[in-house]
Amino acid sequence: MAVKSAYITRKLSKAEKAEKSNLTNSGFTVEEELQAYKEMLLIRRFEEKAGQLYGMGFIGGFCHLYIGQEAVVVGMQMAQKEGDQVITSYRDHGHMLACGMDPKGVMAELTGRRGGLSKGKGGSMLLFSREKQFFGGHGIVGAQVPLGAGLAFANKYRGNDHVSVAYFGDGAANQGQVYETFNMASIWKLPCIFIIENNRYAMGTAATRSTANAEQLGARGAAFGIPFEQVDGMDVRAVKEAADRAVEHCRAGEGPYILEMMTYRYRGHSMSDPAKYRSKEEVQKMREEHDPIEQVKARILNGKLATEDELKKIDADIRVIVTEAAEFAQNDPEPDASELYTDIYVNG
Amino acid sequence: MPNILMPALSPTMEEGKLAKWLKNVGDMVKSGDVIAEIETDKATMEVEAVDEGPLSAILVPAGTENVKVNTPIAVIGEADAAPAPKAAVAAPAVEAVVTAPAVVTATIAPDTDIPEGTEMVSMTVREAIRAAMSEEMRADPDVFLMGEEVGQYQGAYKISQGMLDEFGPQRVIDTPITEHGFTGLAVGAAFAGLKPIVEFMTFNFAMQAIDHIINSAAKTLYMSGGQMGCPIVFRGANGAAARVAAQHSQDYAAWYGAIPGLKVVMPYTAADAKGLMKAAIRDPNPVVFLENEILYGKSFDVPKLDDWVVPIGKARIHRAGKHVTIVAFGIGMTYAIAAADKLAAEGIEAEIIDLRTIRPMDIATIVESVKKTNRCVCVEEGYPQFSVTSELAAQIMTHAFDYLDAPVARVAGKDVPMPYAANLEKLALPNADEVVQAAKAVLYV
Repeated sequence: MAVKSAYITRKLSKAEKAEKSNLTNSGFTVEEELQAYKEMLLIRRFEEKAGQLYGMGFIGGFCHLYIGQEAVVVGMQMAQKEGDQVITSYRDHGHMLACGMDPKGVMAELTGRRGGLSKGKGGSMLLFSREKQFFGGHGIVGAQVPLGAGLAFANKYRGNDHVSVAYFGDGAANQGQVYETFNMASIWKLPCIFIIENNRYAMGTAATRSTANAEQLGARGAAFGIPFEQVDGMDVRAVKEAADRAVEHCRAGEGPYILEMMTYRYRGHSMSDPAKYRSKEEVQKMREEHDPIEQVKARILNGKLATEDELKKIDADIRVIVTEAAEFAQNDPEPDASELYTDIYVNG
Repeated sequence: MPNILMPALSPTMEEGKLAKWLKNVGDMVKSGDVIAEIETDKATMEVEAVDEGPLSAILVPAGTENVKVNTPIAVIGEADAAPAPKAAVAAPAVEAVVTAPAVVTATIAPDTDIPEGTEMVSMTVREAIRAAMSEEMRADPDVFLMGEEVGQYQGAYKISQGMLDEFGPQRVIDTPITEHGFTGLAVGAAFAGLKPIVEFMTFNFAMQAIDHIINSAAKTLYMSGGQMGCPIVFRGANGAAARVAAQHSQDYAAWYGAIPGLKVVMPYTAADAKGLMKAAIRDPNPVVFLENEILYGKSFDVPKLDDWVVPIGKARIHRAGKHVTIVAFGIGMTYAIAAADKLAAEGIEAEIIDLRTIRPMDIATIVESVKKTNRCVCVEEGYPQFSVTSELAAQIMTHAFDYLDAPVARVAGKDVPMPYAANLEKLALPNADEVVQAAKAVLYV
């Protein structure tokens, strides 16, 4: 395994080393390495299972898998605190798991069952959790960007120090409402972190074919005076470090921040996408050289932060969680027919 | 000697207040000089001189209200006679142009929701909407107003006049011209539990934002399995104003009325505008509140109560009658009322139902009326196909078929984009005579 990262480990000061007793050479503490490993692996295994259930006909409609992009949401989440809001597009399973939403409830929503987090009425793309401050799960490309700025607006209106994290892809980056939002977020100094998950393909259209100046999408924020960084989104450490800067900026009342995460999805746009627009070699190269989970695994083993057996135990535990979620999602009944007419209006 | 006439300063302006003269009789006036300030229903505007010469007479003194458009207000040019007698001669004309504000005097059936003996105050629809928003903002710090020109400009139609001063820029928020973006942002704020009032300068511009109104605001409660509601009000001028042509003259009642998850309100009187606006702001669901520019300046009696709230989803019998039921809403009510007056002169008593809410629709009140009259005419300004009146006709057929002595008749806007020319615009809109004809048709007279 020859996984590599573009991320360059910072030289740590003595003070920093003293502060974090468990700090490894990689820049993460032992706990952080293991946490990142577990959370990314849960997403990976969950998504593999979702793909399997789709093939078996348990999941209908669209199903957009997050495999390959796990480091983005896990690294971001490590920098956030309870009460910070998250909103994203329809490629949302990873975000929900990272937010701490119940894998059973998520998987049962994918299969359209009554125990699903939206009672089976939303499906793979439309999931929410007020408890975990996860605001969807939106099926209209780009719509979550002004919605996310609205969550940030509410934080500012209430005078709290929470930040809102709004994820969108390189495809959504061409929607007009994104720039309407950048403008308002900037003039009103909204505590909003805009995450561009640049996985290089808007469905089947390469960013280089659809997008002006595709090398630096985050730079578009410069026109609105919003600071931006381009980040190796395959390396969870790089994500976390950039996220820390963005969160600090927003919490300090300095306004919005853009992080362009350079990432890659291994699977097609959705389950029905044969991915003819890119070569198998391209995908294989990313998997072999940049896989976010393998990077952490290699660091853990090389740094002797855990043994092979300990990692196998983590893997086994995660497989149990995912298997239980899949079993629940297959056996839970469909929603009662009376649910057709509920939840259209509050109080009626 | 050229007369200076009272200018029309907005599409719907019929009269205005001569607020201030900036020149005195005898002053030399050059082309481009500001000579007076005129207050319209929308703003205070400066009047510039076109002709040059000494201001020889002021025909309408400063402070005069309700000066009709095209009334001579001053004379410029060499005075042939002394200025004083001219002013004196002009004096009667001043009185002639000072007319009472347009108070709607048509018989309004007593509203059973108003406690007996309640004092009534005259108020324009504009003032009623402003009062409702202000009262709710005083009562609930989570309520805020955002939109184009709502703050410093004091509202494009003066609805929010004075609100920036009272509530400050944190709660009366001027947005960039970016309907899609600010509507999405407001919906996000509502997801987080705030209660935004989004003003669209007109609903024509809300088409830029309709994705967020429908896909984000209306549907999220359902698709989240009841977890995430959206307490928000979308409001603004809807329908035809006057001479603003196709892109600025459209009624969206049927569009939003088609969407599960939305409530849609379209009041006619100031009392209903106030009571329904307060209900809309308190409603935990997204409410589309359709106003009308022509109605903004109309005055009605509004109950003087600390907390006047009209429930959403309830129609009101505006005028009782036994021969034919006329169902209308919003500005459509003006045609219904004028028609009922004409019919009354011929001995036909029309019962007028003001629908007030488009969704949920109060079919029960209409069915009760049709059981009595056995005949029904439905009126609206919107396009005729897939319209509110076509829905009404279908509902009445379903629920009152055995009581109908004639097919339900509909009077709607014509099936054309709104033309600009004055005569064509008039033809495109419904009128009282069409309602009279429809009533006579269902009465077979």
